[in-house]
Amino acid sequence: MNTYNLLKISLKALRKNTFRTFLTMLGIIIGVASVIAMLSIGQGSKDSIESSISELGSNLIMVFPGAQRMGGVNLGSGTSRPLEIGDVEAIEENCTLLEGVTPVAMAQAQLIAGSSNWSSSVYGAYANYFDIRALDIKSGSRFSQSDVNRAAKVCLIGTTVVEELFGEYADPVGQSIRINKVPFKIVGVLEEKGAGMRGEDQDDVVIAPFSTVQRRLLGSTTVQQIFASAKSEDVSEAATEEIEAVLMKQLRVSSADEAFNIRTMSELSNMLSSTSDTMVTLLAGVAGISLIVGGIGIMNIMFVTVTERTREIGLRMAVGAKSKNILLQFLTEAVVISITGGIIGALLGIGVSVGFGNLMGWPVTITPFSIILAFGFSTLIGMFFGWYPARKAANMIPITALRYE
Amino acid sequence: MNTVIRASNIIKTFDLGEVKVRALRGVDLEINEGDFVAILGHSGSGKSTFMNIIGCLDVPSSGEVYIDDNNVANYSRDKLATIRNKKIGFVFQSYNLLSRTTALENVELPLLYNPEVSAVERADLSKKALERVGLGDRLSHLTNQLSGGQQQRVAIARALVNEPLVILADEPTGNLDTRTSYEIMGIFQELNEAGKTIVIVTHETDIAKMCKRNIVFKDGKVIKDFMVDKPINAKEELAKMPKQEDVLV
Repeated sequence: MNTYNLLKISLKALRKNTFRTFLTMLGIIIGVASVIAMLSIGQGSKDSIESSISELGSNLIMVFPGAQRMGGVNLGSGTSRPLEIGDVEAIEENCTLLEGVTPVAMAQAQLIAGSSNWSSSVYGAYANYFDIRALDIKSGSRFSQSDVNRAAKVCLIGTTVVEELFGEYADPVGQSIRINKVPFKIVGVLEEKGAGMRGEDQDDVVIAPFSTVQRRLLGSTTVQQIFASAKSEDVSEAATEEIEAVLMKQLRVSSADEAFNIRTMSELSNMLSSTSDTMVTLLAGVAGISLIVGGIGIMNIMFVTVTERTREIGLRMAVGAKSKNILLQFLTEAVVISITGGIIGALLGIGVSVGFGNLMGWPVTITPFSIILAFGFSTLIGMFFGWYPARKAANMIPITALRYE
Repeated sequence: MNTVIRASNIIKTFDLGEVKVRALRGVDLEINEGDFVAILGHSGSGKSTFMNIIGCLDVPSSGEVYIDDNNVANYSRDKLATIRNKKIGFVFQSYNLLSRTTALENVELPLLYNPEVSAVERADLSKKALERVGLGDRLSHLTNQLSGGQQQRVAIARALVNEPLVILADEPTGNLDTRTSYEIMGIFQELNEAGKTIVIVTHETDIAKMCKRNIVFKDGKVIKDFMVDKPINAKEELAKMPKQEDVLV
């Protein structure tokens, strides 16, 4: 008995009970479809998190000044010796794995342009800040390092600031605004970035040369943050260690924890993707259970089939079928149900994923892995749950089976 | 004459829990090549049990069964399946055909379990077997489209297709009217004349008289074993019967 004959016989048997076969298959179809849909939606959300993180600059390393304790009281961030421009220069000189490093000075300032005014955050940084933060320019251009050196009163503004001060469709490049009463020339407008990780508006910013912000707006010499970017995501951890070593030397501390904090985007991205991984695993697990329930449906119907066809089994044995032949026949039937269900389920799952993606605007990524997984799993389920009923058929005693009423 | 089946001192006891039923209590029989045997007996006489044992569908509690010089009494399930496949052809009272399957596919069934036969040979042999029982024009009819007599003829073709050593028929005419029964017996007689060994279990004496040898079972033992004086020719008998024009065949 070859495979072709086995398939022919089982297809014929399944066709005799089309509706029953379909209902049995439905369990597998729903199981496979939901596993694929869940994995696709999960993978999609993971991808969108990853892409939004890489928009932020996935190689980004941020250094904040540390906290100081006084008599057991933690005074919070920024209470130890502040970071200084010398620290930035030391990092620049000694760290080999960095693409760029910039000090950041931050100020909350009132902006005035004509008759409008608006409060926003002003960031002062070097010219390479735009590369480090992966910021694109919508119109105009970024300021240069020589602007930084001579503390030029130029700035770039985010789209929210443009809207508030000049109106939605205005292009204010070349105009001037006053930041805390100091007039600045707008040299560029930043590309829109949307909401950030914590829901903050990333377009509500003004970026100006570091020295200008420090002298004109803050009147201090400290550095509030240091931003750096690693040469690649792979070396970001090593780069972080380099910065840590340099700063420990600079600040003369033995433990990095107290003096400063280093955060990397890859940390954040790992955390977020592990959260979404947990969700995906959970959802796919639930969907997987429905696949197992579908398998039990197959087992149930195979038992019914075996009992119904006892006389046929007896006859086949009487004309020379061995136990093996009978076992294979019923196993093939179960596997045909589960594989067909798997194929239909995979198509349905892809359809549902794409449909959801379009309808709800969810990010959806269909991976070949999820299809192979669901498909392979359903085949295994057919074999596993088909085995026992098939075994029952194969172990029948020919003469008892023949006489079965 | 070659001995096809030799049974010696066969005992078969069914253990039904509280009671033990002794279906066969020491049966010795030889069936030779070219025999046409009717096994007679009341129900419970052990005739069907004997038939199942020589058909390798069941094994004796003790004793020896030789089929073509193989002692099958202690054969494994798979070895018995091979013997059934190659040496024995079964015909049952209730035909036991696969429903909603064509006559040809039903006849092909035993060959399907014989790996030595190719698909082309299978179809060819099955077609010839169906022609032999007069159903050459009904190859692709589904079994539920055939009359009782035609269904039994498909079953005979199925029993013939593997060129068995012996054809075993358990009450082959039990479900048929007299006229159709005689038609079926006519086919068996024809096959026997062509050299086939046939064993029929029946309780109808007129059917038994169409066979060459009668064996009577009673209470698990053979009580009579004799050659029929002048076997009735089924075809001649059929010719004598009034035509049943109103019955659709």
